[in-house]
Amino acid sequence: MITFIVRRLLGAVLMLLVVSMVTFAVFFLVPRIAGQTTDQLATQYVGRNPSVTQIHAMEVKLGLDQPIYVQYGRFLKGIVAGADYDAGPDRTHCPAPCFGYSFKNQQPVWPQMLSALPVTGSLAIGAAILWLVTGVGIGVLSALKRGSIFDRTAMSAALAGVSLPIFFTALLSLAIFRDSVPLFPDAGNFIPFSESPGRWAEALVLPWVTLAFLYAALYARLTRAGMLETMNEDFIRTARAKGLSERKVVVKHGLRATLTPIVTIFGLDLGLLVGGAILTETAFSLPGLGRFAVNAITNQDLPEILGVTLLAGFFVVLANLIVDVLYAVVDPRVRY
Amino acid sequence: MTDTGNWGGGQDGFVDVRPRPGEAEFYDSAPTPSDSFLELRDLRVQFPTDDGLVKSADGLSFTLERGRTLGIVGESGSGKSVTSLAIMGLHKNTRARITGEIWLDGEELVGASVERVRALRGKKMAMIFQDPLSAMHPYYTVGTQIIEAYRIHNKVSKAAARRHAVEMLDRVGIPQPGSRVDDYPHQFSGGMRQRAMIAMALSCDPELLIADEPTTALDVTVQAQILDLIRDLQQEFNSAVIIITHDLGVVAELADNIMVMYAGRTAEYGPTDDIFRRPQHPYTWGLLGSMPRLDRERADRLLPIMGTPPSLINVPSGCAFHPRCNYASLTGGRSTDEVPVLHSVDGEHSVACHLTAEQRLKAWETDIKPKL
Repeated sequence: MITFIVRRLLGAVLMLLVVSMVTFAVFFLVPRIAGQTTDQLATQYVGRNPSVTQIHAMEVKLGLDQPIYVQYGRFLKGIVAGADYDAGPDRTHCPAPCFGYSFKNQQPVWPQMLSALPVTGSLAIGAAILWLVTGVGIGVLSALKRGSIFDRTAMSAALAGVSLPIFFTALLSLAIFRDSVPLFPDAGNFIPFSESPGRWAEALVLPWVTLAFLYAALYARLTRAGMLETMNEDFIRTARAKGLSERKVVVKHGLRATLTPIVTIFGLDLGLLVGGAILTETAFSLPGLGRFAVNAITNQDLPEILGVTLLAGFFVVLANLIVDVLYAVVDPRVRY
Repeated sequence: MTDTGNWGGGQDGFVDVRPRPGEAEFYDSAPTPSDSFLELRDLRVQFPTDDGLVKSADGLSFTLERGRTLGIVGESGSGKSVTSLAIMGLHKNTRARITGEIWLDGEELVGASVERVRALRGKKMAMIFQDPLSAMHPYYTVGTQIIEAYRIHNKVSKAAARRHAVEMLDRVGIPQPGSRVDDYPHQFSGGMRQRAMIAMALSCDPELLIADEPTTALDVTVQAQILDLIRDLQQEFNSAVIIITHDLGVVAELADNIMVMYAGRTAEYGPTDDIFRRPQHPYTWGLLGSMPRLDRERADRLLPIMGTPPSLINVPSGCAFHPRCNYASLTGGRSTDEVPVLHSVDGEHSVACHLTAEQRLKAWETDIKPKL
């Protein structure tokens, strides 16, 4: 088991390296191949109407005049150990993990992402709990009462859930529950949990429900299909033949087997979301990573885009790692 | 003749295997409890489907006493497994329509509540399934599954149940049961898994054990061991055993009586010796002829039964076997028009066939026996 985890951990680190290389290449190598000169690259960092000397100083400061592998080395070192930007008297230290400075506001990228993280985290984890419970619950009931009115209603709702885009359901929920019937007047107005748990929750209820609706619909369908298959398995018949109560047959034997693939997908979905729930955050104006990414892209703020891409990649790799390890725990047939 | 005349008459079934003089007419309103340990009376299991009514069991009757073994033989789709699942009450809550009576130790099961049958299941009657790999839960250890089976019906501590599980594994011949108890099913070999399955089934000392093709998924060498094990355990527990199989070799080893099923009905029933020495039904002849034997010349081909088993939705009229029967023409059309009634030929030995005793004897002596 330990060797399995270590092996997976090494794999994850390797994966992150590859992610960093690809992202780095996209932002620094591809523009050169496309014909951009070092000067043009540096110009982006300097501001409006820069002088040639300013541009040149920036080139040296950022190391853009160095060969590409040296630049990648600096970039990596910045993330791991922090970076020093040294240009004569103008010396700045950027502590690890350093993703550089925003074009827009000259602030280091990492602290900005760090402050956006709790917002996305609150949104993703809250929604995840909600959709896991409701999605799996509805899926199980639907499978057990296959063809019933409950099943049909639930599956129609699920179809709506997967079909309706977030920016529609989000705006609809805002229009109704914030504006028409002001149940949640502060929806989207993020307050950290540590400041006021009540207001934290109040601001997040609508985003949670909106995001969870989509995923719950997905999970209900997955669970239903999985349960229908599992309940036809021989081991379910064996469990019944033992004289187990139907409830135990369903939960202990049926759901237990169905849940394994769902846990896998759940981990990956959550990992993806923590990297930024772009649509939900944008629709509710939540200052999370997704919105940070959207703003960065709109402003063509390269260091920010780079940072948020790498962070999102990190969460996906982390989620994969956790799911892999968890899978070995959940399914004893998986060899370590 | 039956108390279940609501299935549209036409296919009306059989007399009981063992004659109970004057009884059949009397249980119209209140069925008479059976004196036997297990008795099926005119059991019918039907599944409504979009394509029509599947008659998986079509009027089965038999009795079984403690300490005795009944072998149910037939091709795939002859209704063997459906019958056993009906006895176990595993069709309850499904779309199956079950009529007739199943008496287990003085208790009628068809009309009993789901909860009552569940309480009996695993405790009074237990079942071994064909493929032990898929029949055991892949995510729980063998021990956990045996402990679970034991604790459903016995209010004991987990530690005590675990000791019992180890003991059961030891009893069915699993080496180092103390450590194997914590293994998962996939860590067992096929034979060991079936042993564990048997240990699980026997954990509550059931009085009726149903083994549904217990050796089909196993190596030939392991098959004999498992059959020996079932026989030994039966003698130890004095339980009634039903062995369901398509392999006459298996029932020859174990069964006291054999019931040959075809298309959900009994074709022939009788003591094992009689079935093997004086088989009466052309279908039984076919089964015997298609059985590989060591003492036969290799040059002789096996004698397969022509055709395929019928669909249980469109069962052939009359005798369901007539399209595949070489002797159907001898009955003067009765085979195609009239469902043969199970009738005694010699004591317990009975057959559902329109051929006369002389015709059957002649065919057996001249056509079949020399080729076996």
